[in-house]
Amino acid sequence: METLRILITDDEPGMRMAVTRALRDFVVRLPEVEGEVGFTVDDASTGEEALKKIDAATPHILLLDYKLPGISGLDVLEQIKTRNMEILTIMITAYASLETAVTATKRGAYDFLPKPFTPDELKHIIRKASGRIILSKQAKRLAEEKRKVRFQFISVLAHELKAPLAAIEGYLQIMKSHTAGDDIASYEQIIDRSAIRLDGMRKLIIDLLDMTRIESGEKQRELSEVDVNAVAESARETVLPSAESRNITIDIHSDASVTMDADRGELEIILNNLISNAVKYNRDNGKVDVTISHDEEKITIVVTDTGIGMTDEEAGKLFNDFVRIKNQKTRNILGSGLGLSIVKKLAQLYYGEVSVSSKPDVGSTFTVILKK
Amino acid sequence: MEKSDAVKKILIVDDDIDLLLQLKMQLEAAGFEVISAESLEQAEKRLKEVRPDCAIVDLMMEHMDAGFTLSYHIKKIDSSIPVIMVTAVTRETGIEFDRTEDGSHSWLKADVVLAKPIRFEQLQHEIKRLLKG
Repeated sequence: METLRILITDDEPGMRMAVTRALRDFVVRLPEVEGEVGFTVDDASTGEEALKKIDAATPHILLLDYKLPGISGLDVLEQIKTRNMEILTIMITAYASLETAVTATKRGAYDFLPKPFTPDELKHIIRKASGRIILSKQAKRLAEEKRKVRFQFISVLAHELKAPLAAIEGYLQIMKSHTAGDDIASYEQIIDRSAIRLDGMRKLIIDLLDMTRIESGEKQRELSEVDVNAVAESARETVLPSAESRNITIDIHSDASVTMDADRGELEIILNNLISNAVKYNRDNGKVDVTISHDEEKITIVVTDTGIGMTDEEAGKLFNDFVRIKNQKTRNILGSGLGLSIVKKLAQLYYGEVSVSSKPDVGSTFTVILKK
Repeated sequence: MEKSDAVKKILIVDDDIDLLLQLKMQLEAAGFEVISAESLEQAEKRLKEVRPDCAIVDLMMEHMDAGFTLSYHIKKIDSSIPVIMVTAVTRETGIEFDRTEDGSHSWLKADVVLAKPIRFEQLQHEIKRLLKG
């Protein structure tokens, strides 16, 4: 349970006591944030005393009488404003005129409670203020978390882009200084490796752009009736050269024509990612099976490989940004670490999901379900 | 290298395959025989088959301290094998890491510590110096 501090400032002792008594054991339930709020109540009889107490421990809610013996309630508001403090102030006044309301609101008051008021009226206004405070606290927490995630993403991205640059720089240095000797074959290898690293970098940038477009919602989605088998076939053809070079077969199994209203580009990204992963992380002479099935509600795409597989622990974090399973078996496989995270985000656009089951050295099965 | 000498064997260990290839090419062109390994595990295996004349070891591989472990093992096999440790620690963390400064790194079983990116001339200079001594 969260506890909020309330400071009641009024020159009438009876008012201070009544408010303290009403709120001491009061609990606000906030179903929208699944939270409960309790209160501690402190009091002050003058504006000067209130400011002293505010400086010592900033209250969340200030109940402030308009008319006080020394400095007025409005003066206190002004002081709070210049100190840039986050306090929800509720003005208590017997002289609730439009004019006083406007002045107080201009100086930052949150609400008004006209005297005399019942305990229920008091509780109602406190409940409202608490909801606002808790929601704004949560919004701040979320913004902070978002900021951290973003920062982490950028750090990893910078690292992922720097690594191929360093490699290519190294190769260029060798070419410039001729330190790999006089055999031209060595330099061909240098060019090949540089091209591979450049290619990896280009793929990372393309994945990054895909992901940014999906996340920002800026990508224009063009929904039309799409033949899922045809998309799978074109993904197969894209990956086929690298599969054939390692003698890996890719078979598509689908007993009927499967169509759905979808953005063709999005389905292409999903199938390309899954099939190219199934080849990349396969063993030589391995097999990739793509099975597409459907019922009235959904389309199920299952991609099974006979590759290196992974442990349950590794599978658990697989769909997060920049997660690449790093071990002896994957060290020479290039990837951006964004592909599966993109697949997951796209599946969510179709109210679908993606899952994996895997066994080390046996293979992995990825299942994508898309709602029609 | 003097011609009368047998070809010197250098073990290079780094989990970055491009860096490994770059070192291998340049060292071979400079007349060394190169034994390369991509991990602590591979390096340990190679060490059972051959005795290198010098080792160049990356500090941080799949485990943070793989380079330490490996250089410790090399020195245990033969304390006269010079070990050159290469590291990107300085570049990545800004922490200065220099074996030669004082004796405070005596626990580090390396003869020389070089910061990445490595300048090949400097590396070659260090290898020659260590092989003479």
